[in-house]
Amino acid sequence: MRPSDFLDFAWQVVRGNRSRTLLILLAMGIGVAAVLMVTSLGEGARRYVLNQFSGLGANLVIVLPGRSETAGGIPGFLIGKTPRLLTTDDALALTRSHAVRRIAPLIVGAGDVHWNARSRETPILGTTAEFIVVRQMAMGQGQFLPEGDPHHSQPVCVIGAKVKRELFSGGTAVGEWLRIGDRRFRVIGVIAPQGQSLGFNTDEIVVVPLAAAQALFNTESLFRIMIEAKSRTLVPQAKADALEIIRLRHEGERDVTVITQDAVLSTFDRILGALTLAVAGIAAISLSVAGILIMNVMLISVTQRKREIGLLKALGATGRQVRLLFFTEAALLALAGGSAGLIVGKLGQLVVASIFPDIPFSIPWWALVAAPVTAVATAILFSVAPARKAAQLDPVLALSARK
Amino acid sequence: MIHLDNIERVFHVGDEEVHALRGVSLTIQAGEYVSIMGPSGSGKSSLLNIIGLLDRPNQGRYALDERDVTGLGDDELARVRREKIGFVFQFFHLVPRLTAAQNIALPMMLAGIDPAERQRRLAVLLAQYGLENRAGHRPDQLSGGQCQRVAIARAMSMQPAVILADEPTGNLDSTTGREVMALLEGLHAAGGTLIMVTHDRELGARAGRQLRMVDGQLVGDERNA
Repeated sequence: MRPSDFLDFAWQVVRGNRSRTLLILLAMGIGVAAVLMVTSLGEGARRYVLNQFSGLGANLVIVLPGRSETAGGIPGFLIGKTPRLLTTDDALALTRSHAVRRIAPLIVGAGDVHWNARSRETPILGTTAEFIVVRQMAMGQGQFLPEGDPHHSQPVCVIGAKVKRELFSGGTAVGEWLRIGDRRFRVIGVIAPQGQSLGFNTDEIVVVPLAAAQALFNTESLFRIMIEAKSRTLVPQAKADALEIIRLRHEGERDVTVITQDAVLSTFDRILGALTLAVAGIAAISLSVAGILIMNVMLISVTQRKREIGLLKALGATGRQVRLLFFTEAALLALAGGSAGLIVGKLGQLVVASIFPDIPFSIPWWALVAAPVTAVATAILFSVAPARKAAQLDPVLALSARK
Repeated sequence: MIHLDNIERVFHVGDEEVHALRGVSLTIQAGEYVSIMGPSGSGKSSLLNIIGLLDRPNQGRYALDERDVTGLGDDELARVRREKIGFVFQFFHLVPRLTAAQNIALPMMLAGIDPAERQRRLAVLLAQYGLENRAGHRPDQLSGGQCQRVAIARAMSMQPAVILADEPTGNLDSTTGREVMALLEGLHAAGGTLIMVTHDRELGARAGRQLRMVDGQLVGDERNA
């Protein structure tokens, strides 16, 4: 028999049993589509988190006050110890490490920003000139905060694109004076729009010099110290140095937490990658269920078509030809089901993506290959038994079988 | 061309042994027209199945065209069937989802004959059996006589040396039965070997050689003068 004859014959069977074919297509299609949808959700979540972190800037090390306790014990404040605050001098001391290129201390608060009769409540960041470099942000207009001793400040500020739009509604912002709390600041720059990054939107903030923010919020304590290491390989060194320098300054007390972008990233990457694989595995079960369905349907088909198989054998079909006929049929069904699943899965992904436009849903290439290949492989695997059964039928008995 | 020597065929039905064929020896020459008659259960069909290589004897030897086929494997038997033997069944045994033309072409498809050659032979067969207008019809759109004509065309598609017919008119009314017999006898007249199982005496008597079977044994072998 020629390969085209096998296809032709199988096609006739598939076309001749519409409801049976539709049933298998449905099962296979749902299986494949489920794998694709689920992996695209997982991959979307992973990419979303990675994007959020990579927006932070390269070679970043972050120092936060207080120590994250993983061992039990009595929290410090119950026995009269308060975590020591991070101060501007702590931050400046970090530049002594040769692994550190630059630092940017950070204070965060919220305040009402007034211009003429308009006012708006926005997050207010107090930091130094280095911040824009460490965070890899770009200016839209004007300049960022001027360099200088972080203990002293000039009455200037930099605003986000959205703040500018809402306060100045299209007018010029640079050069205008804003009032924040009881202090006045001259706008010297507008940050280029860049959107969401790790929880706050740089389009909606107002940035003032560190000392000004300390005065505004009446606190010495820093929220974070951002450190940029000199290179990627020096990130662990910068982290160790930061811990040691702060420990020496805090009388031997290790009361800060230092996190690196890499560590956070790789942890999220691992967790979300494992999650994707796990849910994909669950979806793959539906694929194997589809495979078992194919086996059942093929077994029934062998029983129903006994006379036909007997006839084929009487007309000179070898056992191998009968087996191949059934394989071709199963493969044809699985291929069609797999393609239907690919289309449905892709459409589903587009629908979900249009509902949640922020999350970059995408089907990973391995799922695109693995899902249909698994579908066809299970179909052929599960049709081995029925095909063997058909090939071994005794032609005399098969021919005499009544309908 | 067909040489059976002391063929035994035993079936096991539950605990009992049923002797379908007991020591049958028979030689049929090429071009003969043989009818096999006998009551139900006398072993007619078993003998036809053995001759048609659908079944294997428990004992004895079978030579087809001077070749011992007793010990051949399943696939080799299938190949011999495909090339030398054409079957015509009482219940036609057409594949219901295929058209008349596709049914006729089945043996050629199984044999892997070139599609162009297939089409050529198919056209000849359709014309020969008066089925040109029915080529695209499926079996449920054909009458009994037309179905059997399709079955005969299918049996002839590989130009076999032997035609085996098992009650070929058993499912047809007498008029169409006569038409079908005329076709089969035409094949014999053209030089083919025709072996037919029937329990219709009148029909059996038309054959040049008549075999009678009772209880799995050959009890009569007559030739018309």
